[in-house]
Amino acid sequence: MSDTAAVVHEEHSHEHHDSSLQHHFATYEQQMDAGKIGMWLFLATEILLFGGLFVGFALMQSKYPEAFVQAHHHLDKNLGFLNTVVLLVSSFTMVMAVHCAKTEQRKKVLVYLLITLACAAIFLCVKYFEYEHKIHEGLLPGKFYTHVGDTVPHQFVFFSFYFMMTGLHGLHIVGGMAAITWIFFRAKKGDFNHQYYTPIDLVGLYWHLVDLIWIYLFPLLYLIS
Amino acid sequence: MANHPTTQAIHSPVKEDVSVNYITSPKGLMSWLTTIDHKRIGIMYLWAVLGAFLLGGIFALLLRIELLTPKETIMTAETYNKVFTLHGVIMVFLFIIPSIPAALGNFVLPLMLGAKDVAFPRLNLFSYYIYVVGALFGITAMVTGGVDTGWTFYTPYSTTTNGQVSMMVMAAFILGFSSIFTGINFIATVHKLRAPGMGWFQMPLFVWGMYSTAVIQVLATPVLGITLVLLMLERSFGIGIFDPAIGGDPVLFQHFFWFYSHPAVYIMIVPGMAIISEIIPTFSKKTIFGYKAIAFSSVSIALVGFLVWGHHMFVSGQSNLASVIFSFLTFLVAIPSGVKVFNWLATMYRGSITLEAPMLYAISFLLLFGIGGLTGIFLGALSVDIHLTDTYFVVAHFHYVMMGGTVIAFLGGLHYWWPKMFGRMYNERLAQIGCGLVFVGFNMTFFTQFVLGSRGMPRRYYNYLDQFQALHAFSTVGSWVLGAGLFLTAGYLLASLRKPYDAPRNPWGSRTFEWETQSPPITHNFDFDPVLIHGPYDYRPEKKG
Repeated sequence: MSDTAAVVHEEHSHEHHDSSLQHHFATYEQQMDAGKIGMWLFLATEILLFGGLFVGFALMQSKYPEAFVQAHHHLDKNLGFLNTVVLLVSSFTMVMAVHCAKTEQRKKVLVYLLITLACAAIFLCVKYFEYEHKIHEGLLPGKFYTHVGDTVPHQFVFFSFYFMMTGLHGLHIVGGMAAITWIFFRAKKGDFNHQYYTPIDLVGLYWHLVDLIWIYLFPLLYLIS
Repeated sequence: MANHPTTQAIHSPVKEDVSVNYITSPKGLMSWLTTIDHKRIGIMYLWAVLGAFLLGGIFALLLRIELLTPKETIMTAETYNKVFTLHGVIMVFLFIIPSIPAALGNFVLPLMLGAKDVAFPRLNLFSYYIYVVGALFGITAMVTGGVDTGWTFYTPYSTTTNGQVSMMVMAAFILGFSSIFTGINFIATVHKLRAPGMGWFQMPLFVWGMYSTAVIQVLATPVLGITLVLLMLERSFGIGIFDPAIGGDPVLFQHFFWFYSHPAVYIMIVPGMAIISEIIPTFSKKTIFGYKAIAFSSVSIALVGFLVWGHHMFVSGQSNLASVIFSFLTFLVAIPSGVKVFNWLATMYRGSITLEAPMLYAISFLLLFGIGGLTGIFLGALSVDIHLTDTYFVVAHFHYVMMGGTVIAFLGGLHYWWPKMFGRMYNERLAQIGCGLVFVGFNMTFFTQFVLGSRGMPRRYYNYLDQFQALHAFSTVGSWVLGAGLFLTAGYLLASLRKPYDAPRNPWGSRTFEWETQSPPITHNFDFDPVLIHGPYDYRPEKKG
């Protein structure tokens, strides 16, 4: 016979596939691996997206070191530290949610997801009070900067970066909350089992990255010396 | 028509009923707009990028007519600035970057791997709609005032000029996400959806090229994204990062921009090379020479490509040491490119070469990319570049790479896979004439510009000295020949769609998976489970019996 690459089959059977396994994957493992590769690549793009801001911040800080030191005194270290703790706790509860999904403890999954959501909400509340204080003082980006009594010029550049970086990060928190709410309802419906828990695993990976970025933002913005 | 003994008789009965295929079932506009079939998404991308190519091409023809005479010919200087900006933005962001990966790659890549679809079919459709939204932003920016910054959006001009810079930058930002999602999809697909028996070194080289391209798309595009956001914020809020008037650093914008946009050059050329690696062995009926060398050269171009962005900035005020290092690294890119060219030539050596349209395009590619690559070395050399910066020599160089390289390869790939995509053969004689017109017209248009540039004609100028007029006129006539070739090509390709299905499964006698299914394929790609038994370029004579 010729060396063709074919094993002819009858019409493809779909009855073996249940709905959580997409038609183009042969096994759950293959589907999970593909999903993880996709999510890690997406996280890499997120790091590079923030990377541009980090590089810009570093260059502007080296250009105006005194302005950046002066400007950062307007930030409240204690609130920043509080938010860091809040996000670390949320990362832990996220890990537990994934673990419980894998071991099919459905009630616990829901509880841990709710705590994670609550932490995210606390984070945003704290951020709201911080922003309100900055807006009140006129510590705003670019041409909106109206703070009076500065001894060093160019502090508006610091606040440009402060609002861009924490704002972009805040948007990621909101996105994460939406994703967690989505998997909360899917978990409630009983979509996940030991074989299929890809979505909750992937949302977990994303959430850890959002936390990780804050871990870098906190010392960068709040703890300049 | 070539009919080779290696064509797989078992899967190519003389007449087969292909009326059920991915185009015809399911029917209806909605089934297309909501499809998650990679083939349909590829076709939708194909019509979109061809539309962009037409629009960008019309702008190019208008520019050449304006340059027929010194002073005003058909448009004012302001219009001229807008037209060359739109030509650049459309060709780069709406046509070339998505042309091969998103249109041809989407269609062919899963078929080549023996897969039923890409890893994330819904993400694939999502990336198409992001492309459409980005294109709509771009068109809105065009019709509501246009942009006159050039496609590079250099600060401080772009932060101070009027016009729809922010809207156009937003369009490029959105289009970037489309590109990122396609890249993520392709990487996961290559990792997880290869047919049984297909290891990394049994993949067709087109797949290696797509994989390398996807890596660049994923790693470089986010940096462009954030740069464009910073540019928008600088324009609207004055955040103080790029605008020197408020203490920003305009050269920083150039660094950020080229950190993406130089790798983006490889997002454009590596897929072109990937197509050539398929066409040449098929039409030489010979195993590819140096498979691993070609595969790794794609990857190494992708990696070294990240380290050469400073060669766009030799006269922008970066340190001399940085310029020397960037110059050296630029020379390094020539090595993997040269490896490819010599391997293709060695593949053709003593092969049974036939000269159908795809092969004519591949040979055109070798000649034109050879010139484009070599002049890149001239420009990478510091002392030469300082004289040639911002002259027509640079314009000619990147058109030889982008058009002579990528677009010619795209056209070759389009002719190569057209029978598979639409199930029809086009008129071969007209295709050969079209290719000839494109080749001659292209060289008339752009080789002239090497001469103009070396004599000191600066790029982006509306007026020029009388002494340049003869050469400019010759270049303009060349653009008409080029345009005639492309319109002829569009004509016979579209005409073929009116015929009944007449393409066999494997019209070229190729050895990769996509030729083993029917033309056009069924929705699930294969009516059998593909298992790899022979290599992608195994053209040894089949054993009888």
